[in-house]
Amino acid sequence: MKIHEYQGKQIFSRYGIPIPRGVACFSADEAERAAQKLISETNVPVVVVKAQIHAGGRGKGGGVKVVKGGPAEARQVAEKMLGMQLITHQTGPEGQTVRRLYVEQGLDIARELYLGLVVDRDKRRIAVMASTEGGVEIEQVAAETPEKILTEHIDPVVGLSGFQARNLAFGLGVGDGSPDPKATVKQFTQTLARLAELFEKEDCSLCEINPLVITRTGEVVALDSKINFDSNAAARHREWAELRDEAEEDPVELEAQQAGLSYVALDGDIGCLVNGAGLAMATMDIIKHHGGSPANFLDVGGGATKEQVTKAFKMILSSDKVRGIFVNIFGGIMRCDVIAEGVVAATKDLGLNVPLVVRLEGTNVEQGKQILERSGLRIQSADTMADGAKKIVASVRG
Amino acid sequence: MAILVDKDTKVLVQGITGSAGSFHARQCIAYGTQVVAGCTPHRGGETFSAEGPGGKAVTVPVFDTVAEAVAKTGADTSCIFVPALGAADAILEAFDAGCRLVVCITEGIPVMDMIRVRRAIEGRPGRLIGPNCPGVITPGACKIGIMPGHIHRPGRFGVISRSGTLTYEAVGQLTALGMGQSTCIGIGGDPVAGMDFVDALQLFNDDPGTEGVMLIGEIGGGAEEKAAQFIKAKMKKPVAGFIAGTTAPPGKRMGHAGAIISGGKGTAADKIAALEAAGVRVAPSPAEMGKTLQSLM
Repeated sequence: MKIHEYQGKQIFSRYGIPIPRGVACFSADEAERAAQKLISETNVPVVVVKAQIHAGGRGKGGGVKVVKGGPAEARQVAEKMLGMQLITHQTGPEGQTVRRLYVEQGLDIARELYLGLVVDRDKRRIAVMASTEGGVEIEQVAAETPEKILTEHIDPVVGLSGFQARNLAFGLGVGDGSPDPKATVKQFTQTLARLAELFEKEDCSLCEINPLVITRTGEVVALDSKINFDSNAAARHREWAELRDEAEEDPVELEAQQAGLSYVALDGDIGCLVNGAGLAMATMDIIKHHGGSPANFLDVGGGATKEQVTKAFKMILSSDKVRGIFVNIFGGIMRCDVIAEGVVAATKDLGLNVPLVVRLEGTNVEQGKQILERSGLRIQSADTMADGAKKIVASVRG
Repeated sequence: MAILVDKDTKVLVQGITGSAGSFHARQCIAYGTQVVAGCTPHRGGETFSAEGPGGKAVTVPVFDTVAEAVAKTGADTSCIFVPALGAADAILEAFDAGCRLVVCITEGIPVMDMIRVRRAIEGRPGRLIGPNCPGVITPGACKIGIMPGHIHRPGRFGVISRSGTLTYEAVGQLTALGMGQSTCIGIGGDPVAGMDFVDALQLFNDDPGTEGVMLIGEIGGGAEEKAAQFIKAKMKKPVAGFIAGTTAPPGKRMGHAGAIISGGKGTAADKIAALEAAGVRVAPSPAEMGKTLQSLM
């Protein structure tokens, strides 16, 4: 689950990780007042107006503006930014609408570093990555100059050790050029320790500060915040519900999640309904293999009820880009008759105007096939995955 | 493959009184698995009734703790159906009681919990399979998990997979080709888990009852790449493979917590390339998994 930069910074603040002063704003008025407040509190006439979307690369896309002309200019910038379609290399070509802003004090930056914590699947530990190349995409650094990334792994028994934090601090030369190197190093190692604690307690899957800046006075400050939570831990974090910004999520994916279904929208025109994530991915793959284009990934799961299957099928039927549907079921725990009943119920409600191919295999396959036959719906049945994929691709091609 | 589970394996089911645990325990017992104990805190003293193969009545005692279940029944293999927030603890309890094999079916365990579990069981005797997996089956002898027993046949081909129903698809194809299975291991779809491809390949490599292996992977992580390294260096038997998710978009979790392409890493294309370079024949389509393994034999 993703959250906005300003929300991540609120969490940083709770853990004592230094952040610039900032105010979340939802209108140009609020942005102007925030700029006024920050300028008078800090005595520095510079503020930064930042678009808040769940994607990185905002700066390059025009979503981060340094404002030196006071509250009036901040207002103008905010007016332009709110409602804009911000396109970054992480948003996809349509970009994302900007609905929230964060107005922050301007800082006198000496250096920009990268700091990121992520689950390292290979080592089965949290990896702490640090680099002198702040402000650059870490993937780019990893690809071009991997030697510039220093990594430590956190042993869950002892947490992040002091010596590990020092390895990173001295490795990056954190104190170099600072008016008080020891103090700067101390702030850095403290920030690291608090970040490690945050990651574990808040059940993150990713926690990135890019850039982590060192100011000319030697202060360490998190200039950005990117926190992703481990969705599996939602049940033990009731507070996440408030942080969620549903406007940033695909509405169909959201609806699916609420119904207990796994759904991902894709670009094609053949809708899929499958039981099991691996089989669902393989179904998308086989459609492509036979010359078609999948419209979605949808896993109804093993224990789906008739209601969930009906809901899932309706979601696919409601999409106007779907020109054919492939239901591919290998029922182990999932029963073919339950699938068939769900498909029939959904089409009774919404009607079936596109070709439908159903491949059923496994538990109660005969009952399932009978239910479909008796429904009177125009359904092509298939015995194998390949047969089904070929049939649906041919039907959609027309 | 007698190394993991066979007809003599004594199984205990953690969470046997829950809806998933009770349903699947009954299915396993009907298949012929020796389920000798169940464990649900506060339900100790109850008996769980089921039917073995042929309808024979089976009574399974339920205990409050795994330690007691193991002490009283000699069970040494556990199958876990405990809900996600309690499942990591259930795994630790099973290891602590001395179980030599722990199969965790549960999906949705927070990754921090699994990081801690892996650390805690490091160096201890005993293996973990899963979580978020369908389980392990030696056809005709022992089924521990949720896979449909009837599609399997005893034979000489090993199957290792991160998936559930895609595995059944492969098994269905193998059975239809007369290629029975020695053991099928579902290692699960989570990013931090127990047994990985390499562990399973090692077992199949050493098993005189296995002639060839079907490896089913998917996007996310580097497990298939590690498998490719092992296969190139050590594997003495032919391996066929299939990788799901060639059409998956980057950055999206495709159902399984571990099925996500992150920072350009974990793509199906990379995995296929790594496996092929190691001599694995990768099926171009999921409809051809069985045929691909057949072509190697």
